[in-house]
Amino acid sequence: MAQPFAKKDDDRDEEAEYSPFLGIEKGAVLQEARVFHDPQLDPRRCSQVITKLLYLLNQGETFTKVEATEVFFAVTKLFQSRDIGLRRMVYLMIKEISPSSDEVIMVTSSLMKDMTSRTDVYRANAIRVLCQITDGTLLGQIERYLKQAIVDKNPVVASAALVSGIHILQTNPEIVKRWSNEVQEAVQSRAALVQFHALALLHQIRQNDRLAVSKLVTSLTRGTVRSPLAQCLLVRYASQVIRESANNFQTGERPFYDYLESCLRHKSEMVILEAARAITELSGVTNRELTPAITVLQLFLSSSKPVLRFAAVRTLNKVAMTHPMAVTNCNIDMESLISDQNRSIATLAITTLLKTGNESSVDRLMKQITNFMSDIADEFKIVVVEAIRSLCIKFPLKYRSLMNFLSNILREEGGFEYKKAIVDSIVILIRDIQEAKEIGLLHLCEFIEDCEFTYLSTQILHFLGIEGPKTADPSKFIRYIYNRVHLENATVRACAVTTLAKFGATVDSLKPRIIVLLRRCLFDSDDEVRDRATLYLNTLGADGSVAETDNDVKEFLFDSLDIPLVNLETSLRNYEPSDQPFDINSVPKEIKAQPLAEKKAPGKKPIGLGAPPTAPSAAVDAYDKLLSSIPEFASYGKLFKSSAPVELTEAETEYAVNVVKHIFDHHVLFQYNCTNTIPEQLLENVTVVVDASEAEEFSEVASKPLKSLPYDSPGQTFVAFEKTDGVPAVGKFSNVLKFIVKEVDPTTGEAEEDGVEDEYQLEDLEVVAADYMQKVGVSNFRNAWESMDPEGERVDEYGLGSRESLAEAVNAVVNLLGMQPCEGTEAVPSNSRSHTCLLSGVFIGNVKVLVRLSFGISGQNEVAMKLAVRSEDENVSNTIHEIVASG
Amino acid sequence: MAHFSSSHDLCPLVKNILLLDSEGKRVAVKYFSDDWPTNSAKLAFEKSVFTKTLKTNARTEAEIAMFENNIVIYKFVQDLHFFVTGSDDDNELILASVLQGFFDAVALILRNNVDKNEALENLDLILLCIDEIVDGGMILETDASTIAGKVASHSIDAAAPLSEQTLTQALATAREHITRSLLT
Repeated sequence: MAQPFAKKDDDRDEEAEYSPFLGIEKGAVLQEARVFHDPQLDPRRCSQVITKLLYLLNQGETFTKVEATEVFFAVTKLFQSRDIGLRRMVYLMIKEISPSSDEVIMVTSSLMKDMTSRTDVYRANAIRVLCQITDGTLLGQIERYLKQAIVDKNPVVASAALVSGIHILQTNPEIVKRWSNEVQEAVQSRAALVQFHALALLHQIRQNDRLAVSKLVTSLTRGTVRSPLAQCLLVRYASQVIRESANNFQTGERPFYDYLESCLRHKSEMVILEAARAITELSGVTNRELTPAITVLQLFLSSSKPVLRFAAVRTLNKVAMTHPMAVTNCNIDMESLISDQNRSIATLAITTLLKTGNESSVDRLMKQITNFMSDIADEFKIVVVEAIRSLCIKFPLKYRSLMNFLSNILREEGGFEYKKAIVDSIVILIRDIQEAKEIGLLHLCEFIEDCEFTYLSTQILHFLGIEGPKTADPSKFIRYIYNRVHLENATVRACAVTTLAKFGATVDSLKPRIIVLLRRCLFDSDDEVRDRATLYLNTLGADGSVAETDNDVKEFLFDSLDIPLVNLETSLRNYEPSDQPFDINSVPKEIKAQPLAEKKAPGKKPIGLGAPPTAPSAAVDAYDKLLSSIPEFASYGKLFKSSAPVELTEAETEYAVNVVKHIFDHHVLFQYNCTNTIPEQLLENVTVVVDASEAEEFSEVASKPLKSLPYDSPGQTFVAFEKTDGVPAVGKFSNVLKFIVKEVDPTTGEAEEDGVEDEYQLEDLEVVAADYMQKVGVSNFRNAWESMDPEGERVDEYGLGSRESLAEAVNAVVNLLGMQPCEGTEAVPSNSRSHTCLLSGVFIGNVKVLVRLSFGISGQNEVAMKLAVRSEDENVSNTIHEIVASG
Repeated sequence: MAHFSSSHDLCPLVKNILLLDSEGKRVAVKYFSDDWPTNSAKLAFEKSVFTKTLKTNARTEAEIAMFENNIVIYKFVQDLHFFVTGSDDDNELILASVLQGFFDAVALILRNNVDKNEALENLDLILLCIDEIVDGGMILETDASTIAGKVASHSIDAAAPLSEQTLTQALATAREHITRSLLT
């Protein structure tokens, strides 16, 4: 390969590029695979060829169907050899090829022979291979061997059978469930990994039986689980049990907490971490429960191992979101991590500090961060910027130093995403903090003087057009904006023209000057810029013609188009040039309702890795569109609030139903989302019969049945109630699902003609006061509070009785009212005897409500509370008191 | 909303094990999850992981980084880069134990001559090693000497009765034994 003229590269090439697979080529290797057919096998050479084949596959090479089949058949010949090394390679190769079911038969007998071999390596591997390639039909035949293997005295064999069991359970659960006894025996194994695999399998077999899982956890947490991995599993199972039994243990000790706490002293770090994380994630965790977990995590912070530091700081970062005060003890260790070599750790440390810091430490922190920012990647910078944004909203008085920081980093180098995050943050600060408006806008103006991103320039110009005219001296922005008309590309120029027009329309004193500037734009080289200038000159009445009324101009310039752009586009496309001008009023305003529940992609089973948890999307807008598209409910007016879905069935039942409560001014609408999980059934005429006898203030006015509910394709049925005006009517509803069930032939998928009426009891549903409250935060509670009429304030005191802790009491009241806690006041510092919590929200009828709660706790854990309410409507203030009094 | 967590979610799972060279090229890789369905998706992931970790010092202690929703634990030696990927809600220390097991087992198998050439020369052993550590995402074994022990058990099946071996096979075996003992 060395060519004479490439001499100088030779040495290096040979050094760097030497590889046993140099120049390897698929065709040649497939030829070589013929040695597998030799009557006298050379194990060494065969192994080499298999390695070459595996190398090719590993590099991303693919075999055609024919090639794969050929290789597979050749490889099966190698079962003749007795060489263990070669046999191992054969196993690997078979797994890589993943043969089709008719090919599998070719190796079944060889593998079954190996499964019963006296050689442990054969047994273990043959089990893994066979279970991986078989399609279930064979399982019956080998089940007996698998059960034996589970209790095999060789741990490798037992593990192989157990792990294979875990995989098979996904496809053939009923077979694996029969192995319970053997698996249970294996849980007691002395071999660490066997114990781990057995526990994993046993839990999966029983996962749908809460009681059995709870028993399993109870018995194992008492005994000694030796393997750290198994111990980690047990911690996870225990916290699952705690989660699911949360309701039964409202008072008194939390079950298994002592177990979790004891795991914090385990000798293996992975168990300590698992337990610490489990404790921090307990719902409604108290400060007393948190403390030991925080203490071990704090120790990890100064570990020499990066992975350990990362794990600790990541966990503490999460804790800081809900319990900032609990983490403050770690602040000193955390600050030293700002200079950590590993930038992920440093970023997590900074964002944690930003969350736990108090007003006085902000300035010092900002100084430290400034040094740090210059040497991290953009993605980390974005995280920091976002943390600073929320810090600024938390401490509005500190806006000056934070705004300075943002404007400084805005001037430095950075990519689009990073700059966008900064600009977004500044925009939010300007919107929320009155005092920051002027200075923030000027920072943005300076930024667009030298901004390489068209998108950001246009966004900022648009924003300037809205906020700029409202400042004390709008004229100082004109220079920046008009500079854009000279120096930028057409898109930005056009946008600058619009912004100028907005200033002209709002600020009368500037109007003549703006008109002069707009006239100059008429000579622009770009037609869009010229068109806009002409249009705005006309609307502003520059040429002495009758100007449109002020309101029209403002509406035109500032209001957004109330027509969906998609519809406008369709209408314009359909418009044929004619004498009749295009009428914008003819564009339909309806938005086509999107189906809320997306159908699951067929054939994709949510097994194992890569199956992300399906999160319910907060989609009030989507609900609004959906509901207004249904004629029966369109007259109810604007949707006020939609609750999160409430499950009315247990998980894994025949029919899964959850309900969304939609609150309107005079109506409440229940949307029942139903899923039929039985493939052999088709449900028709599905309704929910609601008994409202325990909800006197409600009367049923309409319902909308679901025509048909096929298998695994969710559908909705609705029931609407009218409610008494003014009062937040509450009540309890019992539900029964009624439907006609038809058998479906699984082979053809066709339903039978005749159906049978049937019903299915659902759980009860409650409408509570919190359903009438929107969680809407305010950025500066004090300003908002003082701007409300103090005359309308309603104050009263309540005794809340004996409570587990102050935090628990605060939490209960916050949940009862369903309001948004402000400025992080929902977090109660540990050991404090009194606490003030600030809440804000919007009550039905769009009435803004602010609440100030002062709590105190006595030595006997008796909690007293003072409740002060201010709102735009005194009646609403009284209602809030009624809610608390009756709650 | 009910928990959709199948208990598979409760079990620590490994998404992939990667062994790359100092230019980010594959020496041996194995994927256990379908997060990266195509070869190009896999290559893109490897490239981003490789470039983002390249400048870090992961030679004494294993390092850690996050990629989208994944945690990657990694360690370098000579011109070899070892990576283990798991989900970001998993226990980092469990994943780290998998990486350590892989790393140390390779060192044992290659008799401490851990570099790319040696790894490619013994690619069969490296592939067996990965096969012994993780099975379909489930952790099989993390103890390096156990893993290396399982991989290195290269010999004729002791249980096979001599009579089952043909004379030529027996001769071939004997020859092999002699050559090996001469060479070592």
